[in-house]
Amino acid sequence: MSVVSSLPGRRGADMLRRAWDSDIAYSFRQSKVTMVAAAVTLVYFVFALFAPWIAPHDPYDLSSVSLMDSFMPPVWEEGGDPRFLLGSDDQGRGILSTIIYGSRISLAVGFASVIFAAVLGVTLGLIAGYAGGAVDAFIMRVAEVQLSFPAILIALLIDGVARGVLGNEAQGDIAYFVIILSIGLSFWVQYARTVRGSCMVEKNKEYVQAARVIGVRPALVVFRHVLPNVLGPVLVIATITLALAIITEATLSFLGVGVPPTSPSLGTMIRIGNDFLFSGEWWITIFPGVALAVLVLAVNLLGDWLRDALNPKLR
Amino acid sequence: MAEVAAPQGPVATGETLLSVRDLGKTFDVSAPFLNRVLQGQPRVHLTAVDDVSFDIPRGSTFSLVGESGCGKSTVARLVVGLYRPSQGRVEFEGTDLARIQTRRQMAPLRRKWAMIFQDPYASLNPRWRVADIVAEPIRYHGLLSGGQAIRTRVGELLELVGLSALDGEKYPHEFSGGQRQRISIARALASEPDFIVCDEPTSALDVSVQAQILNLMKRLQRELGLTYLFISHDLAVVYHISDYVGVMYLGRLVEWSDARLLFSNPRHPYTRMLLDAIPDLEMSGRARTPVGGEVPSPIAPPAGCHFNPRCPFADERCRSETPMALKVGVGEVRCHAVEEGRLPEPESA
Repeated sequence: MSVVSSLPGRRGADMLRRAWDSDIAYSFRQSKVTMVAAAVTLVYFVFALFAPWIAPHDPYDLSSVSLMDSFMPPVWEEGGDPRFLLGSDDQGRGILSTIIYGSRISLAVGFASVIFAAVLGVTLGLIAGYAGGAVDAFIMRVAEVQLSFPAILIALLIDGVARGVLGNEAQGDIAYFVIILSIGLSFWVQYARTVRGSCMVEKNKEYVQAARVIGVRPALVVFRHVLPNVLGPVLVIATITLALAIITEATLSFLGVGVPPTSPSLGTMIRIGNDFLFSGEWWITIFPGVALAVLVLAVNLLGDWLRDALNPKLR
Repeated sequence: MAEVAAPQGPVATGETLLSVRDLGKTFDVSAPFLNRVLQGQPRVHLTAVDDVSFDIPRGSTFSLVGESGCGKSTVARLVVGLYRPSQGRVEFEGTDLARIQTRRQMAPLRRKWAMIFQDPYASLNPRWRVADIVAEPIRYHGLLSGGQAIRTRVGELLELVGLSALDGEKYPHEFSGGQRQRISIARALASEPDFIVCDEPTSALDVSVQAQILNLMKRLQRELGLTYLFISHDLAVVYHISDYVGVMYLGRLVEWSDARLLFSNPRHPYTRMLLDAIPDLEMSGRARTPVGGEVPSPIAPPAGCHFNPRCPFADERCRSETPMALKVGVGEVRCHAVEEGRLPEPESA
């Protein structure tokens, strides 16, 4: 919340230096597992961002897909085609290309729903924590009711309702929004509860009272004073729920209520492959499954590290 | 009772800046609704401040002393509008604050006072640069426009309290406790207030640093004509800085008077006990009356004078009837024994 904008250029190098020397950077350099996890996550990000340039072909472009190429085994198996390194699926889409494009969807949906859940949860948590009383009780009871349902059930419910209301024709265009909305709505509770707790601690601190003495409006006090001081735990929850959101998206897609089948995500691929698992075409489901597991594991490890690194009691 | 000398010392001009009348604050400390219903618990109220009245003349320092939990910090928060009074009123320059309804009408008054807090580690937002912390009142009240003007002003303020203008670029955690308290003072001065409420500003500091901060506050008072409401439990500090002293016990102001008079000629038995408890080289070796007993719970205070269970002079009347404020010289005392003249003269007069 730096309002004074008097940062000369020399600060740039200075800040880099300080970031490198900081506790977080040190703990990062000390943990090999974390560095590997970060590298893996980075690779996924690069793949997701530059999918059109990295993937051998575009599996979403129907004109480049030929049914003649369907059920190709991986290149090292008998009958493998060098065009399809990891084989192809029932429509003739290359598994490798689909994984690259699919992790793009997984990450995009994961990030969007985490941001949605975080904004919603942090806002409600701040309101509940700062206002207290009946407002607090109401928000927290809603949160507790929601917490007693599994997240996937809530996502399925919202998804089902949205489909029922909007009909199947509109499904293709809004499928992404529906899935982001449903995943986001099923994860906001953790943010709200954490932020509410921190907010109740912060609002009684004297710097908050100092702002109130000047007469700063409650909304501004919360936004400018309380919010920056409760964001630490939010970052940790965001990393951990990112992995959860990716899994939830895959689960929804696996159940056939996720993203449209014309643009398969990792979950869709696993579902498609599942049908052919017993007829010997194992690669359709195994490779996306491994890709999903590795991505989720890497993000989870990053989240665990961040949680420990930011916990002052573990330093 | 001995006659009381005319007030001496205070640089007060006689004009009253802040006037507190019959101020009271009750907190609801009941268990949550469900517990009350299920376990049949009653509502519980805590009277933190009860019928407190005093005036602060412009340019002077009024101190409130008392044990922990006696309501002195609550008075400070009532005065600056952090709490709404349950009863009574606070008048600032003749304006009754309770009558002001909107934030917009309150704003021009709010810039005339400021508050300094006890804990220098909690009173500065750890995520803000010092310059932003000090500039917040200026920006919020729109006192200056333009980044350069504000930066210059913040630099002046930091130099006024003995820091460097360059310190504005740093974060609060880069400073020591005493330096942080200087930042708090700079921030309090930012809106050019007439009145500063200091809630135990030195009790979290080392003794040597305490003296620096107190001297700084006294110098600023001289130079800027400030009026202080000073909350403390440290009588030595209070003696050093005050023109007037009020003694609080369980939410009530039991005695207030000119500082020198109060220290040389305390009236109320509680004030005498407090003063007796000050460690003092001249008094070493002499037997002293210890402050006996515990402070009763403010949720269920004793009837009559709240001090009666610990008071050596308490009689039947003290146990049943609440003493009213009795004008003595410049100040007031709430004590039946003083009123009836049955209190012995203090030993250390």
